[in-house]
Amino acid sequence: MTGAEFVPFSLVPMLVGVLAAIACALPGNFLVLRRQALIGDAISHVVLPGIVVAFVVTGTIATWPMLIGSAVAALVAVALIEGISRFGRIEPGAAMGVTFTAMFAGGVLLLEQSDTSGVHLDVEHALFGNLESLIWLDATGWASLIDPAALSGLPEELIRISVVALVMALLLLLFWRPLALSTFDENFASTVGLPVRAIALGLVIAAAIAAVTAFDAVGSIIVIAMFICPPAAARLMTNRLGMQVVWSVAFATVSAVVGFVLAGYGPLWFGLENAVSAAGMIGTVSGVILVLAATFGPTRK
Amino acid sequence: MDAQHLKDTTVEVTEENGPLTIRGLTVFYDQKPAVFSIDATFRKGRMTAIVGPNGAGKSTLLKAALGIVKPLSGSTSVFGAPLEHMRRRIAYVPQRASVDWDFPARVSDVVGMGLYSELGLLGRFTGAHGKRVTSCLARVGMEDFADRQIGQLSGGQQQRVFLARALAQDADLYLLDEPFAGVDAATERAIIDVLKALRDEGKTVVAVHHDLTTVPDYFDDVLILNVQKVSEGSVEDAFTQDALNKAYGGRLAMAEIDPVPITA
Repeated sequence: MTGAEFVPFSLVPMLVGVLAAIACALPGNFLVLRRQALIGDAISHVVLPGIVVAFVVTGTIATWPMLIGSAVAALVAVALIEGISRFGRIEPGAAMGVTFTAMFAGGVLLLEQSDTSGVHLDVEHALFGNLESLIWLDATGWASLIDPAALSGLPEELIRISVVALVMALLLLLFWRPLALSTFDENFASTVGLPVRAIALGLVIAAAIAAVTAFDAVGSIIVIAMFICPPAAARLMTNRLGMQVVWSVAFATVSAVVGFVLAGYGPLWFGLENAVSAAGMIGTVSGVILVLAATFGPTRK
Repeated sequence: MDAQHLKDTTVEVTEENGPLTIRGLTVFYDQKPAVFSIDATFRKGRMTAIVGPNGAGKSTLLKAALGIVKPLSGSTSVFGAPLEHMRRRIAYVPQRASVDWDFPARVSDVVGMGLYSELGLLGRFTGAHGKRVTSCLARVGMEDFADRQIGQLSGGQQQRVFLARALAQDADLYLLDEPFAGVDAATERAIIDVLKALRDEGKTVVAVHHDLTTVPDYFDDVLILNVQKVSEGSVEDAFTQDALNKAYGGRLAMAEIDPVPITA
């Protein structure tokens, strides 16, 4: 494959896939250790009513209203989960289950009632995203990477997910100690004066931002898979938190690259004619990595 | 009250500037009182046991005093100041079962968490910090386990790691929640030796404790409670059969424990 083919058609979706995977896997490490990994699943589902409400209010499916709608829905869901588990004294897993099924169902009803027939708002799009459609039309080859005119035509999904992945990494570095301390021992953390409630809430909000941004580019399958699979596989490779995060980033990257390539070219190798969904294949590869880590990982039980 | 003066031994230790004073502390869980209107004063340079039957609110009292659990009413003063200003002088050992020991951390990582108050968000962990971690591990006899994953330790070893983390906090007031629960005899001995050494340095030790038979051996003072305070004071004065009957509802046979040691 030449640069003239790879750069415009494959480079950007591959990068978006890698960055989305990393942006979700980073907070995912702490969510998995706090046994809150399902929050990714919850957020991905509640995004639907957010998108529909944003469409009903603004009448467009432009990106920003959709993103804001999703983010608001995610925050409402986080507040509901926290409220239900605190005041109803229900375990957090059940509170998440109740919240995301109810909000998703509400979203389906809203979608039915609102006049969305004329626009591209459908379940398939929500599940698989549109990774393959993120092409860079201004690129002509590798030289375009240093050509300002071509660079200005980069899909905005790439810019957004790059910023979010970078912010996730910086937040993780800055708040590493409070996060590690309050994840391991919340009682002790609060006795040294750490605001443990705010840390827990901040982590979920950061995860929601990663989920909503990634969701827009790659759909919910990758989001759900990347919150759980790379961190869970990484835990089986090491007994140190820092190394676990490094492994999770490596696994997220490998899942995205291998998944994208397999989806695009794998079926051709088997004599099939059509490529398969890149998002689906990336999620599958991350699951296969988890199985391999669970079988051969050095620190499995 | 100026915190600087508190280290000065010439300042008389009063209720107002003592290590830990609790006033009218009340905590409700599910509309039921877990701890009701407790006043208690813990004395400097003493080891105090908090005892009482299961569900008496011993751990809750400690957690409420530390602000982990929000009390309905009441106040805590630490060395004469509000808790928030004195956190650096407090070390806390939670119940061992309250954390997930599968967490990806080595023994030295957990002890290093005791240095958080000094290091803050981004302070550099230096060689000197590393040496302190090692020496705290040595004090509990765990220096050979520094690189071990915490999940690979026995219950007694995990408890020692928690104590080492509290030592790393280099505090003046040590609060421990059931430090002897589910540990082997050697660990119990090692822990009590460390605690007594702390007391002899003038530190204050408060432990939730459930083995009544060891109270007179291990502790100087006792606080007996069952939701409400039953008795408080030195073991000689407060650890009486009468008080225990009141707290435990007469379920304890005389022979089971030796409430007040017979001394001349």
